[in-house]
Amino acid sequence: MSLVFKPEETFRGDYSYRNSDAAILRFPFPFPEDRYMYSVNIEPHVRSGPTDAFCRPFDIDEHYIAECRDRALTLELDPGRCQVLPHMMTAQWDTLELLMENLAADYPEQFSLTKEGDVFGSRWTWINRPLGIEQHFIFGDPDTLPCEPFEYITRQAQGDFAICDQREDNLYLDAGMITSQADWSLAFNVGMNFMEWHGPVPLAHQAGVFERALKYLLMLRLGQPVRRLNWTMSINPRLDTSPESYPEWGPDRASVTVENAGGKVHLRVELQTLWRLPRSNAILFPIRCFLISIEELARVPKWGKRLYRVLSSLPPELAEYKGLTRYLPATLAWLAPLDDSAQLATGIGPDITELAPL
Amino acid sequence: MIGDTLELIVVAVDDIASSLRHVRLAAAGGGPLPPAAAGANIQLRLQGAARTWRNAYSLISPPGRRDAYEIIVRRVPESRGGSAFVHEVLKPGDRLVASWPSNLFAPQRTARHHLMIAGGIGITPFLSYVADFAHSGASHALHVCCRESETGTFAPWLQACGELHHYWDADGHRLDIPALLARQPAGTHLYVCGPAALNDEVIQAAANAGWPASHVHCEHFGAALSGGTPFTAFLSRSGIEVEVGESESLLEAIERVGAAAPCLCRGGACGVCVTRVLEGEPEHRDHYLGAAEREGGELIMPCVSRARSTRLVLDL
Repeated sequence: MSLVFKPEETFRGDYSYRNSDAAILRFPFPFPEDRYMYSVNIEPHVRSGPTDAFCRPFDIDEHYIAECRDRALTLELDPGRCQVLPHMMTAQWDTLELLMENLAADYPEQFSLTKEGDVFGSRWTWINRPLGIEQHFIFGDPDTLPCEPFEYITRQAQGDFAICDQREDNLYLDAGMITSQADWSLAFNVGMNFMEWHGPVPLAHQAGVFERALKYLLMLRLGQPVRRLNWTMSINPRLDTSPESYPEWGPDRASVTVENAGGKVHLRVELQTLWRLPRSNAILFPIRCFLISIEELARVPKWGKRLYRVLSSLPPELAEYKGLTRYLPATLAWLAPLDDSAQLATGIGPDITELAPL
Repeated sequence: MIGDTLELIVVAVDDIASSLRHVRLAAAGGGPLPPAAAGANIQLRLQGAARTWRNAYSLISPPGRRDAYEIIVRRVPESRGGSAFVHEVLKPGDRLVASWPSNLFAPQRTARHHLMIAGGIGITPFLSYVADFAHSGASHALHVCCRESETGTFAPWLQACGELHHYWDADGHRLDIPALLARQPAGTHLYVCGPAALNDEVIQAAANAGWPASHVHCEHFGAALSGGTPFTAFLSRSGIEVEVGESESLLEAIERVGAAAPCLCRGGACGVCVTRVLEGEPEHRDHYLGAAEREGGELIMPCVSRARSTRLVLDL
């Protein structure tokens, strides 16, 4: 896949982030049906899927450079967005190895990894051409990198990353690089276990979703990563929608009108994957965030209609939990004229290969 | 790093003691193997003339080694054939299908001190633990119960061990488990791997001394005998009836007739093979199901458990 980066686009201030036609068509639209409800919607993370965004272990797209820059800005303002508890050093190296190996294999024009050996103590060279980085270091020796290995590699990847330590038949959120989160705080959640950090989610507890998901994840196998989609909505294409920066983005929710909803309201989809890490036996949880304005999304007719049906039938508790309540009416009013009530095919693919010209 | 099975080639076999065989395995196609953690195991498919065994062995190679996997197999007199196959048939150049490494016995990274108690061949997972702790600098001690003649057998893998003690069955040389537990610092995690009697004794001693269950870890190996009185299993979804012989497990019988049966540890620990029982009374031998689930009688772990009734109907 050829990648043409858009290094100047922004996720704050003038919000110049936009999706190309190709980026729209590869979007991981999260709704296979006209209604949405929680489920343990986990499937193997294989090299195929309904759109191109699913097809590589760690996805990179046209927003790569701009997104890495936005992460650096957020970290400069608040270094606490990256936290790693001391017992997670082995898991840090696991993460670095996994990301470097996959990025180099899937994007050889952009990244390369040269190793003199596979074990701790070996000399490695990492080249990241889009960001202009060439790093010689010793695998297993944090002093040979400019920062700790987890921060080092996740500053060069799209999406947030958490690492869960597995102990006492539970998962503990003991490391994270979280700069593009849907309104949750790493500083608040770090060290919590699986049931604790899912505590606030409505409806799903009663369904036993988390007990089943935890039991499943405790058995997650090396070499068999899994994935699921999660979604919410954001006003403006903003990656950093954290509780810490709420004053900067929260008030935007009040700015949505029927006229401006198309450009302002964004569907925010997280392609979440889960990986058993080899040396530490921890679980890596990458949360790859994709943003698309509903105007862009609606260029795929199936998606525009389906989004209207999903949002208009959403249980109010979910709308409230996801923070949509305030601007949902304007969003629905913008989407309503698109829905001709035609029957839509099940599944999340766009069902077209080209967008109609604007 | 996505995959399910590995093609391995036997690079070397050597006998490190009369009943212990060390086997070195590399990727059959060359190239690096997936890295593995301390305490990991691989399941080998051992293809005999008349039947196939699927046995899980702890990796004793240092965690993260990708050029080769190493295992040590003890020949057990009551072997159902797997260990005898490794000792008598397996030779360099042979190819084997193996699972990717999995891990049901990983060290606890938050421990202030790691206390390991091994019995016999139960030392194998601790050989990779020691390499891990030596690299990370974690405080650790290994207490090994074995035959007096075997106290030096594992020395090549224990060079980096911080604190090492051997015990054997003679006056003045037996391990006093309660005394050992009593002198551990707070925050210690205890790991035991050995014959069922040792495991039970250590777990009971820890409970008696007030250790929290969350700090006591046990790897059950081989102990869960999966043979017993023959019975009949009917697989309701596939409509197949299979006779489970006295020397094979229910899971092996199911696999023999070609029914799909997911599994992982084959030792009643992981829960992957849990199956619904539609009729009949299971005889539970696993370490996975809770008390209520056992009494409910609606679930069974076919890798180790059998039937009290003459017939079981399974949702497979």
